[in-house]
Amino acid sequence: MKSEAKARPAPRPRGRRLGAFVFLSPGLTYLVVLLLAPLALVLSYGVFQRGRFGGVVYEFTTENFTRLIDPLYLGVVAGSLKIAGLTTLIALLVGYPTAYVIAQLPPKWKTIALVAVVLPFWTNFIIRVYAWIILLSGPGLVNSGLEALGLGPYELLYNQGAIVTGLLYSYLPLMVLPLYSAIERLDPQLREASANLGASGFTTFRKITLPLTVPGVLTGCLFVFVPSFGNFVIPEILGGNKSIMVGNLIRDQFLKARDWPFGATLTLALIAVLIVLLIAQAWAARRA
Amino acid sequence: MSRIRFTRRLPAAVAVAGLALAVAACGGESSTSSAGTTAAKADDLKPNADLSQQSLQVTVWDGYTPKELPEKVKEKLKVKDMKIALHATNEEAMQKLTASGDSGIDVAFVSGQYAQALNEQGLLEPIHAELIPNLANLYPEATQLSYDKGNKYSVPYTWGTTGICYRSDLAKTPVTSWNDLLKPPAWADKKVTMMTTERWLALPALKALGYSVNTDKDDEIAKAKELLLAAKPHLLGYDDTTFGEKLKSGEAAMVEAWDGWCPTSEKNVKFVVPKEGSDLWVDTMVIMKTSKNKEAAHALINYILDPEIHSWAAANINYKVPNKPAMEKVQVPEGSLLGIKPAELLNGESIIDLGQASTKYTRLSTEITAQS
Repeated sequence: MKSEAKARPAPRPRGRRLGAFVFLSPGLTYLVVLLLAPLALVLSYGVFQRGRFGGVVYEFTTENFTRLIDPLYLGVVAGSLKIAGLTTLIALLVGYPTAYVIAQLPPKWKTIALVAVVLPFWTNFIIRVYAWIILLSGPGLVNSGLEALGLGPYELLYNQGAIVTGLLYSYLPLMVLPLYSAIERLDPQLREASANLGASGFTTFRKITLPLTVPGVLTGCLFVFVPSFGNFVIPEILGGNKSIMVGNLIRDQFLKARDWPFGATLTLALIAVLIVLLIAQAWAARRA
Repeated sequence: MSRIRFTRRLPAAVAVAGLALAVAACGGESSTSSAGTTAAKADDLKPNADLSQQSLQVTVWDGYTPKELPEKVKEKLKVKDMKIALHATNEEAMQKLTASGDSGIDVAFVSGQYAQALNEQGLLEPIHAELIPNLANLYPEATQLSYDKGNKYSVPYTWGTTGICYRSDLAKTPVTSWNDLLKPPAWADKKVTMMTTERWLALPALKALGYSVNTDKDDEIAKAKELLLAAKPHLLGYDDTTFGEKLKSGEAAMVEAWDGWCPTSEKNVKFVVPKEGSDLWVDTMVIMKTSKNKEAAHALINYILDPEIHSWAAANINYKVPNKPAMEKVQVPEGSLLGIKPAELLNGESIIDLGQASTKYTRLSTEITAQS
């Protein structure tokens, strides 16, 4: 860095700062106007009372926060944690070998495999989720296939298993991609050195590959967990609304129950959980 | 009705809700804080007002009025302009109408209990019957709706009820009672859907127990909860929007349905209003107190009540209209729900706005759906 700085004409800090500002401003404006401001607004609703037709009455109350510790809502949060956690775990178990194998492919096949991983994103999310109904429903494809083999029919749809399946299917690419980039970046010589020194393939994986790809693992887990935790479409479409998640609860406060303040408080709780996770991820990634 | 009509477009709905939040915030003080319970006094309206000086802004559910309505209105009533805004749910409409002092909306389509609530806030212009001669087309029953007897501030546009929609080819026992839904017979076990929107989630249980759909008594709601929880293991799921599809595909054998949403055009699909009774829902047209185009607004409602226009909803979107000559114009196919008589409908109990007590139903529906 130092020699580079010497080789160039002395930077003009002011101009550079101005330049940075110019380049950043579209993104910053976007974030502030369309993300931070509305978010701050929604969160501020948490301390007010609900209006009869939705909206808020600007009278201070802490009731929304005391409602949060109601076992009813804690149960919904716990259920969401369970479903999102299970989804993340399975995504990791499936995603890691996938990413590992892709990283070992010859360059041409690598590209093809990566395109295949992101290919589902080219279709609308809702349509892909609906497609699972055709597969899993009582008279659906999987059951008719099983029946032809003399098995089933099984109840595959409208339960928590269906929710996990849908979430896993939707977010698995978000696990594979960061893992792939972490594994791909590994210096192959490290593994060769490990093998030369007599370590078995498994030991090499356990002691070299896995520890060095932990940041990728954490990123992938976060990428899968966060959208799974807040999802409300899949529990509705594939879960048959029989087990609601935090996302459904929040959506319903705004669109059905006309209770914006409590919806805002739930949103705050959701964001708090996610911030804790982000901090934990950053901390763990630094230690790894 | 508080149905979410386009749940499949939820992301859009959420975006709209987000926008509504922003708009509401800009509007500042929520108008609910200035709640007044007295109905607004009628303005003096001029029957011969020059409509070409007035423009109309209407808010209505998507696909609920004929597409060419604005053009026709401009041509027939000679108003300067007519614009249509859409809302997906009653809640969204209420936001638009109450967020700021003047919503800029002249005529709104909302369900009866919402019209009632708007009127209690003093936000509606009383209907000037003398400006709407076509009110005479309404069935006598349509002037006796419990939330607004005598159509003082609202004019009904469509009406209907909630019942059980089922596959007659799969049914091995007759379907007559809400208990058939709540304690399904073997042929329907795990092939039943109920609605998730709060008041309609509670309706089958409340009616099966002989209670009012508008009860706010805690012990009655608790009994309904027990019944609904006992029913849950026998359900396929909760569904507000796609139950008709599930019935057609055979995924479901019996579903709780609004009459207009039960696909009775299919050969084996039948609809029954359970013997314990049900609700009567009405979607209405109201004129906002803040409207500066009240003569044109009345003229519009009068025009919609013309059998030629009003029959469109029955003929095209399968909703019954409370307009006698309009219904007589429509060909009612065998077994169609359009054949339900007004007197039968009136047996149903109108869902009214419960104000603060509505939170009990919110909690009930969370308790039911969160139970695993």
